[in-house]
Amino acid sequence: MSVTAPKKLSLKERYRILTRGLDWTTTYQEPAKVFPHAEFEGIKIRDWDGFVDPFRLTMDSYWKYQAEKERKLYAVLDSFQQNNGQTAITDGRYVNVLKIFLTAITPGEYQAHRGFAMLGRQVPNVGLRIAAQMQSLDELRHAQTQIHSCSHYNKYFDGLHSFSYQHDRVWYLSVVKSFFDDARTSGPFEFLIAIGFSFEYVLTNLLFVPFMSGAAYNGDLSTVTFGFSAQSDESRHMTLGLEAIKFVLEQHEDNAAIVQKWIDKWFWRGYRILAILAMMMDYMLPKRIMPWKDAWEIYFNEAGGALFADLARYGIKMPSTADVANKEAFRLSTETMLTFYQMGHASGFHSWLPSEDELKWLADAYGPEWERLYLPRFKYFRELEAKGEHYYNPSLPQLCQVCQIPMFFTEPDDPTKICFRDTVYNGDRYHFCSDGCQHIFENEPEKYVQAWLPVHQVMQGNCGGATIDDVRKYWAVEDGEDNYDYVGSPDETMWKGWQADRLKVGS
Amino acid sequence: MSNVSITLYNNDESRGLIAAILKDNPASTTMRMPGVVKIDCPNKITILRETVEHELGRPWDVQQLHMSLVSLSGMVDEDDDYFTIAWNH
Amino acid sequence: MPVQALKPGYKGEVKDALANFHGNQLVYLHWADHLIMAFPIALPLPPTTPFRALITDIAPNAFAMHPDFEKIDWSTVTWQLDRKPFTPDLDKTLAENGIGHKSALVFTAPGLMGLAGASA
Repeated sequence: MSVTAPKKLSLKERYRILTRGLDWTTTYQEPAKVFPHAEFEGIKIRDWDGFVDPFRLTMDSYWKYQAEKERKLYAVLDSFQQNNGQTAITDGRYVNVLKIFLTAITPGEYQAHRGFAMLGRQVPNVGLRIAAQMQSLDELRHAQTQIHSCSHYNKYFDGLHSFSYQHDRVWYLSVVKSFFDDARTSGPFEFLIAIGFSFEYVLTNLLFVPFMSGAAYNGDLSTVTFGFSAQSDESRHMTLGLEAIKFVLEQHEDNAAIVQKWIDKWFWRGYRILAILAMMMDYMLPKRIMPWKDAWEIYFNEAGGALFADLARYGIKMPSTADVANKEAFRLSTETMLTFYQMGHASGFHSWLPSEDELKWLADAYGPEWERLYLPRFKYFRELEAKGEHYYNPSLPQLCQVCQIPMFFTEPDDPTKICFRDTVYNGDRYHFCSDGCQHIFENEPEKYVQAWLPVHQVMQGNCGGATIDDVRKYWAVEDGEDNYDYVGSPDETMWKGWQADRLKVGS
Repeated sequence: MSNVSITLYNNDESRGLIAAILKDNPASTTMRMPGVVKIDCPNKITILRETVEHELGRPWDVQQLHMSLVSLSGMVDEDDDYFTIAWNH
Repeated sequence: MPVQALKPGYKGEVKDALANFHGNQLVYLHWADHLIMAFPIALPLPPTTPFRALITDIAPNAFAMHPDFEKIDWSTVTWQLDRKPFTPDLDKTLAENGIGHKSALVFTAPGLMGLAGASA
């Protein structure tokens, strides 16, 4: 009798056994009752078994690699805390990008966790369900590690104290909240195209690669470590999004029209959110990696162009509004920054004017048209500051019904005119910042008439009162600490104190 | 024909990986940013376990790639001995 | 289809119905070619507000930061209501002028093109 050691399974065999091998066909209940969300979106699937995760990642390997990532990450976080890493960043202003990140992006990770948990239950294919469950856990991990790393900065800096509470209330955070609320309240396929494909594949590179590289450049060891640790999961998410869209398109030719509508919608919604990222990259990182326009060129036009060329065989085209995004590329960060600068009294982070050197960097990056349009504004704001009259806009902005961003975007072909769009539905008028947002509304008006627009909520008396003091209290924005210009802020005083201490040796 | 792309951490383990990729995909170009390296190559990038093991001087499981990967652009295929990213157009 | 929903006939709650503003209506106001004030503004106003009050009370508070503001000749200013040309009767109310809930007003002051003539 000979004894042979059990043969080591190949990756493909192991994947088959640990996904499809764990699935069964229900007999007590019909499939339509077990997966009640599978059909209402109109997507037609001929063969549910057609989906395979190209990474062939099984739960046991998943735990192994994720545990290793966590061990590496927490070793860095420990060391960062022990060694007062917060004092080694390039400048105290830098922390304001973390304030935006923690209040806007981190709760979005948590929302993505919830959305993928829904997908991990509702899709009638076991490979997709397992990949969605892993992604759900990833997103939860991202939220937790981001909260954990920012908690160290919260010991020293203002504006990081109430991220979760603020996410549901503050005017600019409703932009991100409404994006994920919209995605999570759609069906499983739309969610997959919205977050898995349009956001993860087409847009998150812009968030995590140049921006996190910026964190590295600015000496923020803790953020760069959680950022890239999260991004190492994103590659898997991107691949899931791409495989899922291919699977759906290959199943039935009728699916292409529905998928195209979702791509158009979610490209535009995701792109609108990135306006704040453009501002962070061009105006808030003390040391900069590349202008927004270059990042957009690399990660949207080059990488996205290749992607859509590949999907052309299914009849899928570039998002219909991509040309508008390209036209906005030279002004997106500036239009956004100018808004936050004058809303500094009502924001949970600091803003500031660019220095002469920074203006030169911007002018070099964005050219003469940018200089002609925007330098006069920076010059005038500087004159007002010199007189001690920093401009804070005394009014509240009109918001777009869909993206919920103040209506500061200009006409695609005329940066001197605000882009107004509106439509009347059931007797009420609704306003939009763009054709993209208007089309999204018109496709599903019953969804967007429900929008919780922060400015309108203030005016309905639902936000603590009628004065800016009342509303700041409701938003948990600590007046005189979290808000206004960085110059003169408690953060600046603390940072300058640290810098002065560096020079005092032995005293 | 479009570029495919892979972005890796700029750390010790990735150095071996990057060397292997550049060896097996001579048409590739690199872009170095703080913390990360982005490698672009027309149409396809192939990562061979054997070359990576040679560069690292130790056994390497293809799924170890998850520990170094930051981003990619292209369709993925993975098996015990290789990892490829390619476009089909 | 007004919404893609699991339940046929799903209706959303209109969050910004006129009745929710305690007697006010919303009006949006923007001064064209003066984009240093970065966005059109939202105002909760009684429908009985005389149109003239937009010029005498609201505009100074909202727009006086701009050096062009004191140069405005209001008799030559042109208006748009929801993107269409519009001639207000200054002595009549918003309602009498046909300005509905969530209407957007844009005014242009001829000859004033903002900072450095750059619509800023």
